[in-house]
Amino acid sequence: MPDDRGSVLVGGCCGGIAVATEAADEPPAKASPSMSPSAPGVVAYVRTDGGGRSTLNLLVEGVHCGGCVSRIERGLAPLPGVEVARVNLSSRRLALAWRGPPERGAELAAAVEDLGYRVVPFDPQRLKSGEAAAERDLLRAMAVAGFATGNIMLLSVSIWAGEVQGMGAATRELLHWFSALIALPTVLYAGRPFYRSAFAALAARRTNMDVPISLAIVLATGMSLHEIIRGGPHAYFESAVMLLFFLLVGRFLDRRARGRALSAVERLVTLSATAVTVLDDDGTPNPVPPDLVQVGMTVLVPPGERVAVDGVVVDGRSTIDTSLVTGETVPAEVGAGDRVFAGTVNHGAALKVRVTAIGEDTLLGEIVRLMQFAEQRKARYVALADRVARLYAPVVHVLALITFIAWVTVGGMAWQPALMIAVAVLIITCPCALGLVVPAVQVIASGRLMRAGTLLKSATALERLITVDTVVFDKTGTLTVGRPELVRDGQVGEETLRAAAAMAAASRHPLARALARAMPGVAVADGVEEVPGAGLRLRTECGHEVRLGSRAWCDVAEADEAVGPELWYAAPGKSPVRLTFRDPLRPDAAAVVAALRARGLSVELLSGDRAPTVRQAADALGIADWRAGCSPTDKCTRLEELAGQGRQVLMVGDGLNDAPALAAAVVSMSPSTAADVSQTAADAVFLGDRLGAVVEALEVAQRSHDVVRQNFVLAIGYNVIAVPVAMLGFVTPLIAAASMSASSIIVILNALRLAGRRHVAKVAVRSAPAGGSAVAAT
Amino acid sequence: MNALVYLIPVALLLGLCGLGAFLWTLRSGQYEDLDGAAERILFDDDDQPSDSDPPRP
Repeated sequence: MPDDRGSVLVGGCCGGIAVATEAADEPPAKASPSMSPSAPGVVAYVRTDGGGRSTLNLLVEGVHCGGCVSRIERGLAPLPGVEVARVNLSSRRLALAWRGPPERGAELAAAVEDLGYRVVPFDPQRLKSGEAAAERDLLRAMAVAGFATGNIMLLSVSIWAGEVQGMGAATRELLHWFSALIALPTVLYAGRPFYRSAFAALAARRTNMDVPISLAIVLATGMSLHEIIRGGPHAYFESAVMLLFFLLVGRFLDRRARGRALSAVERLVTLSATAVTVLDDDGTPNPVPPDLVQVGMTVLVPPGERVAVDGVVVDGRSTIDTSLVTGETVPAEVGAGDRVFAGTVNHGAALKVRVTAIGEDTLLGEIVRLMQFAEQRKARYVALADRVARLYAPVVHVLALITFIAWVTVGGMAWQPALMIAVAVLIITCPCALGLVVPAVQVIASGRLMRAGTLLKSATALERLITVDTVVFDKTGTLTVGRPELVRDGQVGEETLRAAAAMAAASRHPLARALARAMPGVAVADGVEEVPGAGLRLRTECGHEVRLGSRAWCDVAEADEAVGPELWYAAPGKSPVRLTFRDPLRPDAAAVVAALRARGLSVELLSGDRAPTVRQAADALGIADWRAGCSPTDKCTRLEELAGQGRQVLMVGDGLNDAPALAAAVVSMSPSTAADVSQTAADAVFLGDRLGAVVEALEVAQRSHDVVRQNFVLAIGYNVIAVPVAMLGFVTPLIAAASMSASSIIVILNALRLAGRRHVAKVAVRSAPAGGSAVAAT
Repeated sequence: MNALVYLIPVALLLGLCGLGAFLWTLRSGQYEDLDGAAERILFDDDDQPSDSDPPRP
């Protein structure tokens, strides 16, 4: 299903429209305005500059490797007028620029689709997310801090060495001033991320890790400046800047680990931004951005495309795949008067739909609202590092303050040297190691999961996975592959199957495609005619008619015994034959359910599909707790019930109908074939056919949790030793710098152990070609 | 001591050159497509950078 979306669209689209126009009896020129379904929409995204140069950005689905890149680029470059055709393999985007009218965009997009890739136009302006800019900002700050640290450290080493060898005060001062020259701009520039966050926290009357960090950096720099103006021997420039550098590294890693999530959200924005083809009163198609579609308009939904609005079919018959919306495995037949929903996929012929709801009011909008509601109700999880910070920040501040007051009052010291000692306490305790504990582990753990095909989106997902005691699965597309497969139980003869497959090969209906897939090597029969929403017919030489299609199409009486999707094949002079299909379970589904049980987790199944199908799957997997026919609200309610019992739920689902539940669960995962909304809602997305990713994620989470705990113990142990020394005033800049870098390095080395260990998971080798490149992408 | 007065600025200047170079690579988008860059070196044909192709007359 969704995974072969790419190939479905290519080539088939023209045929689909032709069939539709024939059946709906309308002039073909109006229904098929161009060669490709997305082509009319593409033109709306072309930008033209004054000099007759047009540019277009396309999101290309199905680009996996350098081969794809060179194929697309070489396919486009020789076309006349094309100036730029460059594919970005990391973000799967194609930038096009050509001399000529904007209308050529449709032709170029069609050329890419002819190569076998599906394209979606997007507006780069909309994708300029603040997050990417923030990441770049951090990288720049990190580079500046790194440069400054290196250079100041060179000067500082000279100063420290000079102390032993008897360096003159003038030389020392010169070196100090050079240090200050580098440190001051750096502290001002590279420290901004911390100051901003600390300021925001203080404004909200909270405190976070960034408050002691900012305070330490600013105070250390300020006091050092004061010292060197006075001509004093100690300056902490190198410590302040090194602190900044280490913390920026941690911050950057933290953000990088979540980069994937952002691109998934971007994709969602892009997909919903595809232009909608609105039909004017006289029937002329007109591509319009989705936000301009209004209730009452008539839109054309080409075959293979997602329906963008909720509406009523006014013309055309087709098959609608609702599996992502409702979890139903059987594609629904729709005709004039039937309702269709945004997010479903039109598999049959072109449909004309009158819009009844748009944007927020659509079923999709409703689901998104449910999702937001669920997210609000979910107690916001506080990251472990933040919880530690809540305790840590006040303790550090109080210690520094006590040091200062004690030295001034009890020790009878002047306020400047006393403040210097207090600053040393702040620097020594500064959560350099603490700031690195979690990001370092997270980057290594998520990098490891990524190599295994699981993309972690949320920063705290690993921590939340530890607490899980219940796993709730969706059925269609999660426990199952989400794609129908022919059941070959021997009841239907090989000959009949071959004959039926020959007809089926001519159609793009999902069941017909499944039938054709099951019988490879069968040639397409000539003269097959498709009646959208009903079936296929073929006239034999002797004038008889062979039919393949729905129950009604083959004149078979309705009966209840139908459990799964079915096709009927009626040849003249023989009684109609039933071909049944089922959605096969993922190959490792049973093993995964057993493995989860073995870990002491309870497993539940919530599906929107019908009871008999769900029971079948539940029995096969040995899941006792299952519910069928669940609406998105039902799923949410059940999750709340479980939460009420104090259960920590991991939800695994793929459909739009799962999205609110995914948001409501403590932590959630969804396969990469899932609806975009679900992928956005989920904390982790796994690639490929293996459900084993769930077990693996739980295991990696457990191990990284152990390492984080060890790291905290290390960092706190270091403080327990270093703080009294600092409070007593024995710390020199050299000791501060050495102990700080030592503790940071120890923490990172400990985190690296996580990467070194071999896979414990016994799950089989992955076989997902799509997974490989996405993993390599990071 | 006297040597330091110009040696340190020279060292700093060299360091700043490196920093500047890095910031330039960042700005010119050389980190936008790391995977693509890794694959492109394996392409057989010696194609020109496509955006510097002369426009057709």
